[in-house]
Amino acid sequence: MKPDSRFNTLVKSTKDVNFTLFGEVVTAPKGSTLAAAILSHSGDAFRQTETGALRSAFCMMGVCFECLVEVNGNPNTQSCMILVEDKMVVKRQVGLRQIGICEND
Amino acid sequence: MTDNQPEITIVGGGVVGLSIAVGLLQSGHKVIVLDGKDNDARASFGNFGLVWGQGKGWDFAPYAKLTADAIDAWQNFSDNLNELSGLDVSLDQKGGFEFFTDPEEFKSFIGMLEIQKGHSGNRFSYETLSGDELRKQIPGIGSKVVGATFSQLDGHVNPLRFLRALQRSVQALGGKIRSNTIVKKTESNKNGGFSLTLANGTLISTEKVILCAGLGSMQLANQLAFKTNIRPEKGELLITEKLGSELPFLSSTIRQVDEGGVQIGGTNADVGMNDSETLSDMVDLARHAVDVYPALSNVRVLRAWGALRVMTPDGYPVYAQSEECPGAYLITCHSGVTLASLHASILSDWIDDNIKTPNLEAFDEARFKI
Repeated sequence: MKPDSRFNTLVKSTKDVNFTLFGEVVTAPKGSTLAAAILSHSGDAFRQTETGALRSAFCMMGVCFECLVEVNGNPNTQSCMILVEDKMVVKRQVGLRQIGICEND
Repeated sequence: MTDNQPEITIVGGGVVGLSIAVGLLQSGHKVIVLDGKDNDARASFGNFGLVWGQGKGWDFAPYAKLTADAIDAWQNFSDNLNELSGLDVSLDQKGGFEFFTDPEEFKSFIGMLEIQKGHSGNRFSYETLSGDELRKQIPGIGSKVVGATFSQLDGHVNPLRFLRALQRSVQALGGKIRSNTIVKKTESNKNGGFSLTLANGTLISTEKVILCAGLGSMQLANQLAFKTNIRPEKGELLITEKLGSELPFLSSTIRQVDEGGVQIGGTNADVGMNDSETLSDMVDLARHAVDVYPALSNVRVLRAWGALRVMTPDGYPVYAQSEECPGAYLITCHSGVTLASLHASILSDWIDDNIKTPNLEAFDEARFKI
């Protein structure tokens, strides 16, 4: 945990998982939500809105959509609604997500 | 004018009622709009925002013509709303597609459009594209699409901002909108005019009353001796997360709102006043969207809802003045967004019955008499 996090970890777990958060390998207790794991690691913003504003998790119950991150390449993932997993790669969600063009379906 | 003695009372504060209010206010009338409760069946909260011509009135020439007039009038209407309300409703008349995965349906729709074209002269035109032509024109269209029709006149607006723009425009023109107001009874007075009794006991006395409360019009319409039956038809739709990418097409079932989210819609169900969404319809909608544009397959759906269309027995609009109670009007239609540009202009001439009055005889409810 970085000192600038204002959150304590409540999940009591004997097992830890390691995941990559914004390019850095981080340890979190197994069983915590991804949002809780990010919050307890640092005070960094989860996402940047289309207009450039920085946002972090707010409601922690799937309603506010402020905790969006990219998880294993999937954009706009609500980090409060999933558990942190070993080897997860979590990136900041920057702006709106894009879609590609399927040439062959 | 006191609040309880308006010259004209409009019952219904959705897109139809508010559009008519804008037109009447701009012609100098004093208008009050009585709007119902938040949880009433409100098509204006659930619709798709299309300003659409394809298929409209193919089997009823006056409706084809009316729709063509409405589409023509939309740019001016949108400018007018912008000036009055300060809101841009994001009118985008870039042309729209109807996509088909069934060759028979494709063929039969082309037949309908050909007849519609016959009704509208050179005011309606369309193109047909085979699946392969379409995929060349729009890379990324799915292989299941066998063809599409395209009309360059079709377009859309942001439906919720449109409703807001109408509300603000009515207020800017000095009209009053009374929300949370239920009309219990409408009576025509012996010496002219009408008395409306509200649910809270208030009495409103008015020279003219215009019923355009969608599915809420029925009971009052009976009291004023109208003959039209109005029935609900449920439609469901899905709303996706906002996308930074621009969807390369507009269709009547898949459209991207200017804010980035994609609306997917188009089911029809006859289930009375039940507007709840169903899993099977949601699945069908999602499958259709992915068939048309496979890149949507991993896009998240954030919301889904059902809403009730307002349908007359034949599906065409009704513009009727009560025979037994002159001064009472019933205005109801399914395409409240597309027709709004006319509701805000020529309908005030019709209600005034002035020299510019449009010929709306084809839309009278006389057609429902046996």
